[in-house]
Amino acid sequence: MALLPLADAPAIPLGEAGKYVAAAYIVFLALLIVYVAIMAAKLQRMERELRELAGFAESRANGEAAATDREKVSADV
Amino acid sequence: MYGKGLRPLSIATVVAILAAFTLVFFYAPLDGDQGFIQKIFYLHVPLAITALVGFIVGGVFAVLHLRSGNRKWDAYSYVSIHMSVIFGVAVLITGSIWAKASWGHWWVWDEPTLVSFLIVFLMYATYYPFRYAIEDPERQGRYASVFAVTAGAFVPLNFIAVRMSQSLVHPRVFATANGGLPGSMMLTFLVCLTAIALLWLTLVKFELTAKSASGQIKRLRRALDAPATGAASRVAPEVS
Repeated sequence: MALLPLADAPAIPLGEAGKYVAAAYIVFLALLIVYVAIMAAKLQRMERELRELAGFAESRANGEAAATDREKVSADV
Repeated sequence: MYGKGLRPLSIATVVAILAAFTLVFFYAPLDGDQGFIQKIFYLHVPLAITALVGFIVGGVFAVLHLRSGNRKWDAYSYVSIHMSVIFGVAVLITGSIWAKASWGHWWVWDEPTLVSFLIVFLMYATYYPFRYAIEDPERQGRYASVFAVTAGAFVPLNFIAVRMSQSLVHPRVFATANGGLPGSMMLTFLVCLTAIALLWLTLVKFELTAKSASGQIKRLRRALDAPATGAASRVAPEVS
């Protein structure tokens, strides 16, 4: 496999080959971006679920605290 | 903790990919036979090697799952195969682009390398419906592992069969006789291979971390739901 310096004309004209090479690398980057976008959407969903769960846990903790206070008051009465 | 070490691995991957692409476009000489179009091989071949090795790695994890019964290995196997299928899509597209530029056709059916990779890819594409057709998680993991082991064993056999066939048109990158890669091209190729392998590893780790986090959220939801149900049953008699 003989090598040519960059200045010499390649076997396929650079202009013609360039668009195919660019297309291959763009496809690779596009796939990577699509994957990252899908993972970002998943991450957003997980964040939303965590927020819901945190809210649920807080409201339940508040409810339990209120119930304990009511029990104490009724016991005092 | 799947996320441990994800940040340094991600940084190493970005640096490796930047270094690889710099070498491809500013260091590696033009190929005397194919010219500029050969630059696609620095992406296409490492993607193909990584995808095929990933399928085998998925099979190895599946063996560990079948031996130990630990579902962690099933998750590793699933994510390895999943990532390799995505890389396989990139292999098929970049290969088709190169074929169009070099041979004038997007696809050639009498070329063993192309067709064999397509067979492997389609075989692994059936992994998803096969896996998710089974509802019971235990059986699902076990059957998927058997599939991964069988398919993983097929990959090297397929590779050897293709290497033994006498191809006249598909270039052999790792030719050891006359016509092997010169030093600068080999260095560029190895850096590209390292970068793509690191990318695969990072994405596998990323996916595993996301799956683990999602599983923890489900566990948390179950844990929060359970006492609430109990509380409701305690409250109900008082209401009645």
